[in-house]
Amino acid sequence: MNSAAPNRWTGDAMRKRVRRRYSSERWFHAVGLGAVALSVLFLAFLLTTMAAKGLGGFTQYEARLPIDFAQSDLFLDPATLRGPDAAQTVAGADIEGALSKAAAAAYGPTAEELFSDAAVNKLSDAIVANPDILKGQSTLWLPVSSKVDIAAKKSGDDKSEALVNALEQRQSLRRTFNTGFLTASDSTDPSAVGVWGALKGTFFTILVTMLLAFPIGVLAAVYLEEFAPRNRWTDMIEVSINNLAAVPSIIFGLLGLAVFLNTMNLTRSAPIVGGMTLALMTMPVIVIAGRNAIKTVPPSIRDAALGVGASKMQVTFHHVLPLALPGILTGTIIGMARALGETAPLLMIGMRAFVAAPPHGISDPATVLPVQIFLWSDEVDRGFVEKTSAAIIVLLLFMLAMNGLAIYLRNRFEQRW
Amino acid sequence: MSLGLALAGVLLVALAAGWLGFARARRLRVAGRLHSLPVYHGSYALLWAAIPALLILAAWVPIQTRMVDQAVLSSPEGKALPAFEMQRESILSEAREIASGEREQGFNPESTTLAPRIRAEERRFGAIGAAAAIVAALAAAMLALRRSAPEFRARTGVERWVMVLLFGASLIAILTTLGILLSLMFESLRFFRLYPLHSFLFGTEWSPQTAIRADQAGSSGAFGSIPLIWGTFFIGAIIAMIVAIPLGLMSAIYLTQYAPPRLRTWLKPILEILAGVPTVVYGYFAALTVAPVVRDFGLSIGITSASSESALAAGLVMGIMIIPFISSMADDSIAAVPQAMRDGSLALGSTTSETIRKVLLPAALPGVMGGILLAVSRAIGETMIVVMAAGLAANLTLNPFASVTTVTTQIVQLLTGDQEFDSAKTLAAFALGLALFLITLLLNLIALQIVRRYREQYE
Repeated sequence: MNSAAPNRWTGDAMRKRVRRRYSSERWFHAVGLGAVALSVLFLAFLLTTMAAKGLGGFTQYEARLPIDFAQSDLFLDPATLRGPDAAQTVAGADIEGALSKAAAAAYGPTAEELFSDAAVNKLSDAIVANPDILKGQSTLWLPVSSKVDIAAKKSGDDKSEALVNALEQRQSLRRTFNTGFLTASDSTDPSAVGVWGALKGTFFTILVTMLLAFPIGVLAAVYLEEFAPRNRWTDMIEVSINNLAAVPSIIFGLLGLAVFLNTMNLTRSAPIVGGMTLALMTMPVIVIAGRNAIKTVPPSIRDAALGVGASKMQVTFHHVLPLALPGILTGTIIGMARALGETAPLLMIGMRAFVAAPPHGISDPATVLPVQIFLWSDEVDRGFVEKTSAAIIVLLLFMLAMNGLAIYLRNRFEQRW
Repeated sequence: MSLGLALAGVLLVALAAGWLGFARARRLRVAGRLHSLPVYHGSYALLWAAIPALLILAAWVPIQTRMVDQAVLSSPEGKALPAFEMQRESILSEAREIASGEREQGFNPESTTLAPRIRAEERRFGAIGAAAAIVAALAAAMLALRRSAPEFRARTGVERWVMVLLFGASLIAILTTLGILLSLMFESLRFFRLYPLHSFLFGTEWSPQTAIRADQAGSSGAFGSIPLIWGTFFIGAIIAMIVAIPLGLMSAIYLTQYAPPRLRTWLKPILEILAGVPTVVYGYFAALTVAPVVRDFGLSIGITSASSESALAAGLVMGIMIIPFISSMADDSIAAVPQAMRDGSLALGSTTSETIRKVLLPAALPGVMGGILLAVSRAIGETMIVVMAAGLAANLTLNPFASVTTVTTQIVQLLTGDQEFDSAKTLAAFALGLALFLITLLLNLIALQIVRRYREQYE
């Protein structure tokens, strides 16, 4: 009665087969889940690594320094520091020497290199703001050099560790929020670097990109979707747009180098050149997103508007385009976010120069945040490691904000017809 | 500077013309019925005043540069310049910078004496261009304004201009493609005049260090691209795909076939974040975190040549970057398989996994393959990860722990040093760029063709 026929569901062979099939089903399911989990884990690992390495970059150790200006070799007369040239006069003085002397006097000879550029800048600013402190003694909290900073964050060399211990015993060390990181620009000294210059450069570059790519992209999308006749010429435009969207970004850098710099002789490292290069790269993305958004506007809207006597142009600009705008904006923001994270084409057009002053316009030499990250990652000084990761955190926050905005726009305004 | 003033002038004339046209049409409307709204009359005058004049200005800029150069070179100061082209060019460009105020002083004393001349010539030609543009704006505005009458079809005129604008915008795409092709080909041709094409295509040695002067000792430079192409494919098409294809494909399968809808709405955006992370971040991650681990692993299994700039580290991270790309392409292709096929398979009693493996995947295979080709084209064009994590040594090796270099790495390397633009080294970067462009173009065209044909099959 039981196992003779192999095709009976109650038979042993058949049961075994079904069991095997179910177990392979479970395996397949598990492998799929594992793949997704692994991808998510990669992302989590990437983000936590960056956070673990970079969060320290937003804080900075400061040391207390009793300094007697009367005893120091600073030949600065408070009376001469009232005018507009005060900053320049102070910059000419040997603040660094005075600092290392005062530090050595307070904490022994090993403390000579306790301070570096960041402290010099802070002290200079303090003197300019209030020249009267030069008249007597004062006790100041000043950012320590990056070597000591690393040691205080538990990974420095022995000499600096000893100094840190000595300072801590005298309660002369404290951890503060590193405002300089958000307000300063590039520097050769990791304790004094900041992302402000790079952020400003990014702002100008993306501004140029948006002003060029958005109107041109939208107009091209409108033309291709609403007006273009079906012919070879239109096909060529379409093929080239689809292809441009997949061209490696570094090729756009080569184009910018050959056309904007070598043929048109525009300034190297300027946000306007970077912006134009990125605009060429972003435009196809906006055209494709724009066409998809325009396609979703139902023909009945067009027919109704045409029916009451609107011209084709009026139909497009008064009805179709406003309805497609949320979709176009979403695509634009995603394209802009991509341009914001782009590094390679900007390296080609020379935006990798060392720029210590934040740019004031679109033709000043500038760098952008991703390139700044690349430049810092190349530095040998260990102090740059946490600064690089901190800059990456800033960049990721911007990307997250832009992508979040795009998702919000999509959910809030996009209509399903 | 006077061109900036001219721009402002033209815009001012255009705005005035626009306002006049608008006002006149409003007055006409009191008298009788208009064909077009006053606003179109105004826009008509504005567009006619602005666009031709702006085009003249835009065309004048390159003309002016050339005219100024010619005038300066034929002036007494210019004739005194050295005849050697490169030297003359560098003095000229310095003088230009001094004239525009970018720089206080040049290295060459001649440039300082040349600067006032340049400034004067620029003023002269700038004034000519500005005058031409403003006259054109005024004339066009007058003509346009004279046409305003109740029956004048201003709207049609405006729409014709807008149409020109729309068409012009769509032309930019073709111009960009042409620009890429022409600039890459032009510079590559100059490179192949210095270095034979067949040695570039089939040479197996890459060492771009060239002697700067003829009498200097040093290699003459070898530009064989084979090791670079191999390195590019080794990292982008082999190692990265070994990571990305299984993970991406299985993720897509899980998300579309198994995941409950709520989990899916969470997981999809998270996967998309992986695609949104800037490549410089991946590069830093690869160089700082992954590369040491890979090297230590290589050393621990007895590979003494394990490099800290291994192909494996760069490829692994690149694969992670590509996962969401493959996943979304596979997602689309699986979703395009008709529901009836799936239902039929399930109705015959096959389990979900059997349906996927034996029905959905074979049916979706062309689409998936197209997606993979697109992903490969993306991976081999990727720059920052390999610049930061892969090495510079051009090795033809199969060992994933060794260092290889890629086309994009070398382009960056060749172009970011300070050197003359005309050297074989910088021109080689354009030849590499052309090779990269053609390879990715080919991959994209094949992939798009496959995907399109596959879509037609089920429509």
